[in-house]
Amino acid sequence: MLLPARLSPKQSTILKGALFILSLGPVAVLSVNAFTDNLGANPVEYLTRATGTWTLVFLCITLGITPVRRLTGWNWLTLTRRMFGLFAFFYVCLHFTTYIWFDQYFDVQSIIKDVIKRPFITIGFAAFLLLIPLAITSNSYLTRKLGAKRWQNLHRATYLVCILGVIHYWWLVKRDLTQPIIYGSIVLAFLSARLLLRGRKPKVRPRPVATAREPA
Amino acid sequence: MLIKKSADILPSEITPRRVYEGRREFVRQLGRIALLAGAQALPFAAAHAQSGQKIPGLKKSAFSTTEKQTPYKDITTYNNYYEFGTDKADPAQTAGKLKTRPWTVSVEGAVAKPRTYGIDDLMKLGAMEERVYRLRCVEGWSMVIPWAGFSLSDLIKEVQPTGNAKFVEFVTLADPAQMPGVRQQILHWPYVEGLRMDEAMNPLTLLTFGLYGEVLPNQSGAPVRVVVPWKYGFKSGKSLVKIRFTEQMPKTAWSLANASEYGFYSNVNPKVDHPRWSQATERRIGEGGIFAQKRATLMFNGYGDQVAQMYAGMDLRRNF
Repeated sequence: MLLPARLSPKQSTILKGALFILSLGPVAVLSVNAFTDNLGANPVEYLTRATGTWTLVFLCITLGITPVRRLTGWNWLTLTRRMFGLFAFFYVCLHFTTYIWFDQYFDVQSIIKDVIKRPFITIGFAAFLLLIPLAITSNSYLTRKLGAKRWQNLHRATYLVCILGVIHYWWLVKRDLTQPIIYGSIVLAFLSARLLLRGRKPKVRPRPVATAREPA
Repeated sequence: MLIKKSADILPSEITPRRVYEGRREFVRQLGRIALLAGAQALPFAAAHAQSGQKIPGLKKSAFSTTEKQTPYKDITTYNNYYEFGTDKADPAQTAGKLKTRPWTVSVEGAVAKPRTYGIDDLMKLGAMEERVYRLRCVEGWSMVIPWAGFSLSDLIKEVQPTGNAKFVEFVTLADPAQMPGVRQQILHWPYVEGLRMDEAMNPLTLLTFGLYGEVLPNQSGAPVRVVVPWKYGFKSGKSLVKIRFTEQMPKTAWSLANASEYGFYSNVNPKVDHPRWSQATERRIGEGGIFAQKRATLMFNGYGDQVAQMYAGMDLRRNF
């Protein structure tokens, strides 16, 4: 393996910092383009699409952390999972805000009608609601308070959120399903990987000797 | 937060909007001058209309709306033209390769005088008018577009439909060599649209060759398209190669793709929702940024006076 299984505290701080800044990239670009009126002919549609897409991207990344860690032995990936999950929540909040503010302009009646009547909005809204308790219980205090087992059970809702997210995209597309199929395949692949890896116990590694391993 | 702060430059220092928006036009003009100069140097250069070339002698039309027109840039960079890709930005990038000369349109079927028209002959068939129409897309957005063309009825009268002509079918170009989108089976190619005979004869139905006083850019359906302003945009076929008069209702592209969502009529109707989204409101493109609000959609896109009588007694909920 080119990358080590564990990182030093300093390395992990640098890694997390870099990923944090990288994850803010999309919102930075969107903000600049919104200020300079560079979001194309239909800026609201663009914002809605972009924030929705980035939500899906971060959901997929979060979902992929565990299977990729198990397959590669890069245990340090776990350190990034909470951050990516919270970025998914951050982008879905922007997505939701774009919808209620710029798309619907706080027309409560119209929003309620939309959520009830349009299956793709119902599904998307449900996925958003499901993410809220996960975001709230992501901090160390509540994680400890809930206990590992209960916390893990609750956070398995992520699987459902990812599936709902893909269906939300799938149902809104007019004809060309290429994009939803791509995200659907990624989610499916990560969920199957989890199922396949479930039975197997993670390899126990001799702790301090993880420095100079031969390429696998 | 997206709060715009007031600019601290004098209004007089700002480049006038028309000049600013015309910066690409200026460059295009330069290109055209160069092209023209080049063309004159070639003794055998064909004298035919190019995308962006002025259409002379446009008359004003009583059917035109006085609403604020959507900027040229928005009209020509936000297109649903799946033959050139399914993203709205695709056609502006990939349609440039389309060859619009030579081009013929075959008019056939239940007519006394079938004929294949060369595009330049077809353009001379009627008196060109500028028609500023509202365009409402089935997706919930709208534009105000100054088209150039003449009523399709001018052509229909010329070819003399027989008593069997109940519908008109519009067949559009499907050339995988020039149109990357056609290489994928996104829709059933070629894209076919159709109208009932009385709809085709309605003076509002425009055989369209131009936009903003110029020959159509490729992404907007060059060299010839129809525009049916009281119907959702997809009813208005682009880059026509065949106009066929039939007894049977044509099998149109979007109904073939999804009959429960897209009917043959597809009249703009705020009271009949698309199964997946509301049609009660629309977003006017080019009308402010992200803070602009949507507007109410009008029955028949506001053309009820001219077209409502054609649908008298019809259940528009069933015939969507």
